[in-house]
Amino acid sequence: MSTLPADKDLASLQGLSYAETYHAAEHFRDRDHEFDAVKMGVWLFLSTEILLFSGLFVFYAVMRMLYPEAFIHGSSLLDWRWGLINTVVLLLSSFTVAAAVRDAQLGRQFWLKVNIALTFLFGLAFLAIKFVFEYYPKWQEGKLPGMFYSYPNWESPYEPLWWGLYWGATGVHASHVIIGMGLFAWLYIRAQKGHFGPRHYNAVEGVGLYWHIVDIVWIFLFPMLYLIH
Amino acid sequence: MASIPTKAGSHAHDHGHDDHSYLHPKGGFIATIWDWASTVDHKKIGMMYLVAVLFMFFLGGVAALAVRLELMEPTRVIENQATKTVQVTGQLFNTNPGSIAEGNVIYNRVFTLHGLIMVFLVIVPSIPASLGNFLLPLMLGAKDVAFPKLNLLSWYIYLFGSLMAVSSALAGGVDTGWTFYTPYSTMTDEGHWRVVMMIGSAFILGFSSILTGLNFVVTVHKLRAPGMGWFDMPLFVWGIYGTAIIQVLATPVIGITLLLLIFERLFHIGIFDPRIGGDPVLFQHFFWFYSHPVVYVMILPGMAIMSELIAVHARKKVFGYRAVAFSSLAIAGISFVVWGHHMFTSEGELAATIFSALTYLVAIPSAVKVFNWIATLYGGSIKLNTTMLYALGFLFLFSIGGLTGLFLGSLSTDLHLHDTYFVVAHFHYVMMGSTIIAFMGGIHHWWPKMTGKMFNELWGSIGFWLVFIGFNVTFFPQFIMGSHGMPRRYASYIDEFTIYHVISTYGSWILLAGFIVHLFNFVHSLVAGAKAPPNPWGALTLEWTDAASPPITHNFHHEPIVTHGPYDYDDVVPPQTKPGEFPLPPPLPAGSAKH
Repeated sequence: MSTLPADKDLASLQGLSYAETYHAAEHFRDRDHEFDAVKMGVWLFLSTEILLFSGLFVFYAVMRMLYPEAFIHGSSLLDWRWGLINTVVLLLSSFTVAAAVRDAQLGRQFWLKVNIALTFLFGLAFLAIKFVFEYYPKWQEGKLPGMFYSYPNWESPYEPLWWGLYWGATGVHASHVIIGMGLFAWLYIRAQKGHFGPRHYNAVEGVGLYWHIVDIVWIFLFPMLYLIH
Repeated sequence: MASIPTKAGSHAHDHGHDDHSYLHPKGGFIATIWDWASTVDHKKIGMMYLVAVLFMFFLGGVAALAVRLELMEPTRVIENQATKTVQVTGQLFNTNPGSIAEGNVIYNRVFTLHGLIMVFLVIVPSIPASLGNFLLPLMLGAKDVAFPKLNLLSWYIYLFGSLMAVSSALAGGVDTGWTFYTPYSTMTDEGHWRVVMMIGSAFILGFSSILTGLNFVVTVHKLRAPGMGWFDMPLFVWGIYGTAIIQVLATPVIGITLLLLIFERLFHIGIFDPRIGGDPVLFQHFFWFYSHPVVYVMILPGMAIMSELIAVHARKKVFGYRAVAFSSLAIAGISFVVWGHHMFTSEGELAATIFSALTYLVAIPSAVKVFNWIATLYGGSIKLNTTMLYALGFLFLFSIGGLTGLFLGSLSTDLHLHDTYFVVAHFHYVMMGSTIIAFMGGIHHWWPKMTGKMFNELWGSIGFWLVFIGFNVTFFPQFIMGSHGMPRRYASYIDEFTIYHVISTYGSWILLAGFIVHLFNFVHSLVAGAKAPPNPWGALTLEWTDAASPPITHNFHHEPIVTHGPYDYDDVVPPQTKPGEFPLPPPLPAGSAKH
């Protein structure tokens, strides 16, 4: 049962904010009930994300087993240093997003906004590094998937396949980063309106969990693509 | 489940309660349209799904009738030696009198269209998204599903995906088969966008399926009414719950597979194309890793409906409630490890042996259900109304569909029967003979609840018999011609199969007549049907005992409190019925054991 004043007008007269007067949607018994349901929904959604990427990982494993030399040579053409920098960027963003959830729980509105903004910027930095130092030069050199491949110094005829998987896997991951940044922009706007507080931080936590999955997928992609020779 | 007004439900009254039925129009025509288009009410969303699914069923049915019509006569090229001319006979789709090639391609497109529409647009969403959406919250005593806006989103994703599929079909259709097997899906109609669009539409429909499944899992976990434990849930909910788990866990895999298939087709990256290093069998593995579990997304909701129909219309407690409930979960679990039985001819012998053994495991929970339904019927006071007829029809057809699956699951017979009409007949007995039959039974059973109108039982029964007879006349001959070697997906065949094809096509017309009778019966009910009482069947689940017909916008006036099991017909007089309408059975003689 809700312990808060039921009457919204009364609440605003008392000077309470949105986050303090937030009501659960009417089909839930109270906020805790809604919180549990939303959390379960987010976890289920994350399990679908894991299954989506595990499909990609199986493709990688099968193709690597079939054409190890194409994968070894292709992998040697990637610069592990940019991959490592991006790994660090994403790990830092995971820290800031965890901090944002904590800020919401403690009602630290200023730091909540700072941490959301920082996470957004780390996402942007990840994409910038990816596009400027990785995608663009490879595009120039013709290290492209399938029929677009034109890089002359190949060692195995199946290297276009390797580049197909490289672009496919990192591309699907990058699209998740872009979606995540959109979500952080949305969170920032809502945080600015004072929507989040100790009693209401579902959205921050849900997006945070999503961002951790994006991070974890990269933790797997980085060694698979850049490190294993 | 008689409810008593409690404080728990009373806070809902804070915001002016809407006591109108959910069908009550909100203002004028435009306002009502907008009200439906923007609704987050699970009942309205369920009804919109129902209408859309039935419309798609009509489109897929037209394609099926066209396929059957084409097969009435074997296609023949007759060369006249004297006049040196060539004539083609028996080909419906042909526009070129000198060649059968063009007609064959059109034939491929029509059966592909039939398969794609029936699988992705009809059967997968049919029961969960329409009846499931409508009934799940009502059966659990909830006001809505856990995430109503997400529910509306999945409806629009479904609508968008359907429009994509239909526009791809209107642009000429695809020649891939519904399975999108490579190399058909990567090489046919090279350079044309409509194949990509069709694959894209299946990809998008997957999201709709995932979101619906996710919504239902959370709803079942979190929104059960006070007093409703896991084993107080109606078995319909258990079946939908098992379905939802499969939808959530299997669909992402087809998502990534179809995405890579689109990349493959557009950029030739070589994952599935052996000319550039790919493996077409890999596609089959990925496709069936999703599509086999999805076979159970298609049948589990049908089984879910069956438990309700049989218990209510035989007025008996379901025999072995827990066994039926857990068999749904067992089927969901086993469904993930049997995909290889679609590939006996394309995978290694060891793998085929293992998959064959695993496949037989599915028979156990399926048989548990069938035997428990039959045991439920035993000693019940069976009413042979339209709904019960459909339930009995399901038992009959599902048994045939299930048992013929054993022929296909065994390696030596499968090599003979693979890709013949035997397979076609088998999966139509399961997908149409079981799922669609259960769906029809479910629509009749919950029709008074959904629309607030009764339907004509006589015409309903006539419709059932036409559908049932038409179905068997259509598909039983296909078992025979399949076992004699008639391969699937051919427009032409040798003369000895003609008689089976002709009978099968006649059957499809009887089937059509049956559905037309049902359509008229439904329209008649909507226009001139008697007003439905809240609990016409004397059922004990919450949608009948605690909600009006049709339910009010908020489902219940007060949050229901569950005080008895969903099938306690021996002990409880059904609420919301007239006194004496559904009397309790006479007490058992002293000394006899009560089960």
